[in-house]
Amino acid sequence: MSASSATARKSKVMNLSDAISQFIFDGASVSLEGFTHAIPTAAGHEIIRQGFKDLTLYRQTADIIIDQMLAAGCISTLVSSFVGNSSAGSLGEIRRRIEQSDPVKLNYVEYSHYGMVCRYLAGAQKLPFYPLKSYFGSDLPDVNDEIRKVQSPYPNEDGSFDEIYVVPPINPDVTIVHAQRADQWGNVQMWGLTGLQAEAVFAAKNAIVTVEEIVSDEIVRSDPNRTIIPSHAVSAVVQVPMGAHPSFTQGYYDRDNNFYRDWSAISGDKVKIAEWMKAFIFDTKNHEEYVALLGEETLARLAVGDAFSLPINYGARI
Amino acid sequence: MTTLATHSVDELLTVTASRELAGKNVVFAGIGLPTLAVSLAQETSSPNIEVIYESGVCGAHPATLPATIADSVLITDSEAVLNLSSLFGYVLQGGRIDVGFLGAAQIDKFGNLNSSVIGDWHNPSKRLPGSGGAHEVLANAKETFVIMRRHSKVSFVEKVDFITSASPDMVLAAGGRTTSKGVTRVFTQHGVLSREGAGQELTLTGIHEGIDVDTVIADTGWDLKVSNNLQVLTSPSADELELLRTQIDPAGMYLRS
Repeated sequence: MSASSATARKSKVMNLSDAISQFIFDGASVSLEGFTHAIPTAAGHEIIRQGFKDLTLYRQTADIIIDQMLAAGCISTLVSSFVGNSSAGSLGEIRRRIEQSDPVKLNYVEYSHYGMVCRYLAGAQKLPFYPLKSYFGSDLPDVNDEIRKVQSPYPNEDGSFDEIYVVPPINPDVTIVHAQRADQWGNVQMWGLTGLQAEAVFAAKNAIVTVEEIVSDEIVRSDPNRTIIPSHAVSAVVQVPMGAHPSFTQGYYDRDNNFYRDWSAISGDKVKIAEWMKAFIFDTKNHEEYVALLGEETLARLAVGDAFSLPINYGARI
Repeated sequence: MTTLATHSVDELLTVTASRELAGKNVVFAGIGLPTLAVSLAQETSSPNIEVIYESGVCGAHPATLPATIADSVLITDSEAVLNLSSLFGYVLQGGRIDVGFLGAAQIDKFGNLNSSVIGDWHNPSKRLPGSGGAHEVLANAKETFVIMRRHSKVSFVEKVDFITSASPDMVLAAGGRTTSKGVTRVFTQHGVLSREGAGQELTLTGIHEGIDVDTVIADTGWDLKVSNNLQVLTSPSADELELLRTQIDPAGMYLRS
């Protein structure tokens, strides 16, 4: 059956600039997720270019992109369970904000990794809270009053009732994630580390997904189990090749470990970080120009070889 | 084989930790020395160890040594890749991990770990990365091994500045339930501190050749107990060192001399 134009399915493909300006606003709560793999860097840079302020930023592993958004003055509250430049040194801007209130103190809300996972699980399922076995004996509940205890309604064998810690939902105004590919409807396919991207998208009021490639319906539907986020949970899908640099996208390009190592020295110096931000974000119009600035040598260094999975048989009714 | 006669501190820590993995099955490893210790154990005492990384990789078989716990080489050719709600919910909280490996900026005699701040949390002199998954590893792994490259009063303290990851002693005192033993081994350049669970203090049980007990006591910020059965640890063998240098870390990525 062919649909009439009035009822035709609408493509969710947008360009990055329009997607960011349509969904992000000053004071918004925004989740940028991607556990070391497929970090939505290009989208973070576009938020910086458009100058959004006063964001509450949720990110489980707050790394270079958060350092950059802090340096640009986008973030007023950061909710995270890890603030580090993994295996490659420090994040200068975050440390200046927390240790020296320079230029102003960052409102930092600290969790553990599973605490953040549970917050998204609650958010995605629209639950008032989510229980976890963590936090007894730790100082984390003392510095984070969102981590609270409830009593189990179910008695133990001896009639006593256990207490258990719970965390509140995250329901961000916008979640942004990056993935390998999607179709034009926003069915997102991902492989390798899938982190908590699906939970973060389902928890959000709107979700922007950047992808290395927008592919045909036929490719997506040849392997539906590969779809980790279905179309209905996605507001906009944007093709952004190299959109996760300096992190990696499995099967497309590798992690730029040199960049991570260099960031320690760049971010440790206020002049150097300002120069870097100007050259790579403010003086580039878009991510294509950023990638061009990285240069062919960098792209060649990050190239990956092939390791294909074998096809599986979904079967078809005879 | 005279080139194998001496070893670096990192090689010493790796070999000592790998020997303690004998008989263990499911090991949660961090990057660097824990990964090397697991690889060495797989090549020697424990071929059946399944290594699990916080990123969600189970049964990793990387073609080259990983640079991070989420390195693309860990994914390619691995046995399974889980999302984080499965990894933290089913694998960790579900109690599937025999041994977790952690590091920390500070540790106390009960194995409470600080990886959050130096100083007051609200106004720290140094902001550290924080828990990551460390809190859940210590809470849920059956036992946890800690590698501390520098045994000194800076990191071995009477009271940690902040308890990021709580010992079972603290969990129980706070009214929680746990079956975890918490930190059972701490590997340092001086030797091995051990405890077998809640109620026990970390005690010096093993000492490396050429190290004086008084040095270890002097470098520990609490009144360190010394085991009546203190062992001088066997130095890394030529076979162990050759495996590390020629097969496990041939480029010297983590084993600096």
